[in-house]
Amino acid sequence: MTQQGVRWTADQVLALAPDAASRKAGSKLGAAGPWSEAGSSDEGTVWGLCKGSGSKPYQTVVDIADTAGPAYKCSCPSRKFPCKHALGLLLLWAGEDDAVPAGQAPDWAEQWLAGRRKRTEEKRAADASGSPAAADPEAARRRAERRAERITAGAGELEQRLTDLLRTGLASAEQAGYGVWEETAARMVDAQAPGLAARARELGAIPSSGPGWPVRLLEECALLHLLDRAWLRRERLPDGLAATVRSRIGLPGSADGPPLRDSWLVLAQYDTADSKLTTRRIWLHGTASDRTSLLLSYGAAGRAPELALPVGLALEAEVSAFPGAGQLRAALGEQFAPPGPTTARPPGVTTEQAAVRYGEALRDDPWLDAVPVTLDRVVPIPDGDSWQLADADTESALPLTPTARSRPGLWRLVALSGGAPVKVFGELGHRGFTPLTAWPDATGEPVSLC
Amino acid sequence: MNSTSAPGDWEDLVTTALLGTDRRTPPWCAPGQDAPVALLDAAAVETVRRRAGLRPARAAERPEPAVPDTRPALPAPAARRLVMLLTDRPGTGGGGRRGTSPDLMELLPQWLAAANARGFGAPVQVLPALLDAARGRTDLRPAALEFAGPRALWLARLNPDWRFALRATPGGGTALPDLDDPGQVQQLWQEGLFAERVALLAAIRAQRPVVARELLVTTWATERAEDRLMFLDSLRTGLTAEDEPFLEQALADRSRNVRATAAELLSALPDSALAARMAVRAAACVAVDRTGEAPGLVVEAPHECDPGMERDGVVAKAPAGRGERSWWLGQLVEATPLGTWERRLGGRTPREIVALAVADDWRSELHAAWCRAAVRQRNAEWSRALLGSPSAPEAGGPGAVSLAERAKLLSTLGGGERAEWVAGFIAAQGLSEAFQLLGVCAVPWAAPLGRAVVDALNIARDAGSYPWSFSGVMGLAERCLDPAEASRLDGLLAVPDESEDAAPGAGGYWAEAFQRLVTTLRLRAAMARELEGP
Repeated sequence: MTQQGVRWTADQVLALAPDAASRKAGSKLGAAGPWSEAGSSDEGTVWGLCKGSGSKPYQTVVDIADTAGPAYKCSCPSRKFPCKHALGLLLLWAGEDDAVPAGQAPDWAEQWLAGRRKRTEEKRAADASGSPAAADPEAARRRAERRAERITAGAGELEQRLTDLLRTGLASAEQAGYGVWEETAARMVDAQAPGLAARARELGAIPSSGPGWPVRLLEECALLHLLDRAWLRRERLPDGLAATVRSRIGLPGSADGPPLRDSWLVLAQYDTADSKLTTRRIWLHGTASDRTSLLLSYGAAGRAPELALPVGLALEAEVSAFPGAGQLRAALGEQFAPPGPTTARPPGVTTEQAAVRYGEALRDDPWLDAVPVTLDRVVPIPDGDSWQLADADTESALPLTPTARSRPGLWRLVALSGGAPVKVFGELGHRGFTPLTAWPDATGEPVSLC
Repeated sequence: MNSTSAPGDWEDLVTTALLGTDRRTPPWCAPGQDAPVALLDAAAVETVRRRAGLRPARAAERPEPAVPDTRPALPAPAARRLVMLLTDRPGTGGGGRRGTSPDLMELLPQWLAAANARGFGAPVQVLPALLDAARGRTDLRPAALEFAGPRALWLARLNPDWRFALRATPGGGTALPDLDDPGQVQQLWQEGLFAERVALLAAIRAQRPVVARELLVTTWATERAEDRLMFLDSLRTGLTAEDEPFLEQALADRSRNVRATAAELLSALPDSALAARMAVRAAACVAVDRTGEAPGLVVEAPHECDPGMERDGVVAKAPAGRGERSWWLGQLVEATPLGTWERRLGGRTPREIVALAVADDWRSELHAAWCRAAVRQRNAEWSRALLGSPSAPEAGGPGAVSLAERAKLLSTLGGGERAEWVAGFIAAQGLSEAFQLLGVCAVPWAAPLGRAVVDALNIARDAGSYPWSFSGVMGLAERCLDPAEASRLDGLLAVPDESEDAAPGAGGYWAEAFQRLVTTLRLRAAMARELEGP
């Protein structure tokens, strides 16, 4: 596959932007005007000089062939990453055939590329020779034991909180506000159990989440109780479930599953952000193995996570699963070719089968909020204030989650359908279905709904 | 989704949890077991059971599928361009200095016009962004909705934010009846809502003016005054001498506004009886004075506004601050066919008449009235005479004819002539007054006009002012200059050495402004190419 065949679409480029302002600034630079000496190489490098406000133009290089996602270099002082110049350059490259001709990279671009490749080689060599200065295994074991003790203490404390709450009744939680749970969450952070901390913090928000909150609060309390208990008795659990519990508690795992090589179709990519961290989720579907995998990537608040894979492209790569029963999270291993266009689509199921799939997944992981599914031939239907995805040929339908209802992606889905069946990939859980990507019924490009 | 669990158990658990086990001991709690723990255990089992048992719900009523859009799809580069234009939404970034990059949102109207001219249909997934853009900018709506096609109307029925799309379509989405079927037309005319009736009348008038007038006559006597005014106004389209008897009768209407509109319409018909009556009155007020060295005009404004004048639409009461005699004169001259003056004033051509001196400060009053008459009667020859030579010194000064009047006069001329006149004006007077005049010129600007604007910008830069003094003209130039002119601008892109009398830093800002101009022109050329397809 040559690079020239792998031009991205404007949508795919804009998905790399760290925020809306960058998206806008990048779009403005996606025209030939400010650019000079732009070019691209068959190896997947794009470069150009962008006229800024100063006398010296900015030097911008993007390496889209990098196996760990695109890499950017720009001489501008922006702290956004990628900066608007990199985005503009990629848009220019994506948009006009003659604006970025194939050619030989100039020296300044070549230097950076060579440096990068060298560092990558060194890193690979270092990885191959094992982790440098392997730590004292005895010390590591003692550290792990101390941490387990702390978590056990934390879990005990949390149990106490939960039983106190149920003794006095959930109705009292409404008056208490979430200060109590913030404090509990902080205690769990001290106990080195981030998974418990996050769940405890969420409990605090439930009483103000609208009608039906006592049901949701009881559900979440019960599941937290279940997790506490599972941790305290982890020695008696089967291996897979024990690994799931460890990852739910927040203990780090490593993707040590066997690498699976496949042509991975990028199903969806979306970011969620809190005040400290941006989390990017990328769903992949193995065309040959029919496996669905989740890649996670993190960035500090305000910066886009490094890994970016455009929806609708496929990449030939190895993927290794994290431990745990029914665990979909995986790490991207070696990439054999940069992402390229494909006509492949994931196979779909009916709404009935999708609901069964979520039920079965709970067997391996009762704390699971949602499973990835692709629905075949469904039609979005308005249902009062809400929306459903209904099978085109039967009378059953899945409701959309409350968050999905208020997102602009919903209207892209409705517009794409026009009342006719479409194929939709998304996450199905106890709150409903969240559509992430849709394909028109017969042929056509996928439309991202996030 | 529907849960298959027995609701009784779960609801019992929730009630107990709400009240607290201190107040209500769960009956199933084994002796010796801690009640809250037992409750949590049971709730955990029940929660997972309920979640695992979720089943799809019954489908709600399905909407009718959208009508298929049979128009051809956009070429791929043009579709990508549209996504980019729509990404640049107002309010998504900081304002401030405009920088060198083009204002994409301002290019959307042109893009839509070009796409519509080629008959392309919109990619369905951009419809929400397109409708949102049109919602914020009413001027975009007609072109955006045409491009968006039938599926946009289908969407608008589902999303209240886009209701405007239904209103914007004629008849509020309910189609007009077959205009060839007199029965249906009569029924809608007799029973329809006001807006529907106006739409119906306008539609018929556009195709068969006579039929529309006859339809109006059938119910004229019973219409309310406001409605009569609107209906009368729709006769403006396709106005001919055949409408005269009806309009003449409307001069006796009970409503003053209806009378005034009827008079205005009649005065636009040079052969109407009203025009003739006005001509007699006006001609009595203006005469050639041969007593001086050179012939000039003397004006004797009317001394009273008699009932006959009032019946012909002359408003008797002058607005505050205007003398009533000059107010009446203005109305008489304005409604007088311009041809009258050539006969009345010694067979002179319009140009000669305009050049005549006018005694006693009546000049501006008289010329302003002639301007209004020339615009109303679409008289190009008089417009030319009143506009005068674009390079005449008074063209830019506080002459008799204001810029707003000039812009209106220009609109009666052909596109080429208009562009040439404005080009001449800019060459002589510079850009500071040209904005309004540029607004009436056809887009893209004709070559001489474009050159005049660029030259004038260049002169303004050399004069040492800042570019934002010309931001209005710059913005227009970005949208209206022919993209083929881009190469002529290359010489202006460099930052010149700062001269002593120039404003500090102006050179850099000008280079930036010209860069944005060139970038925008290139972008427009690219947009046009992309829509042409491979």
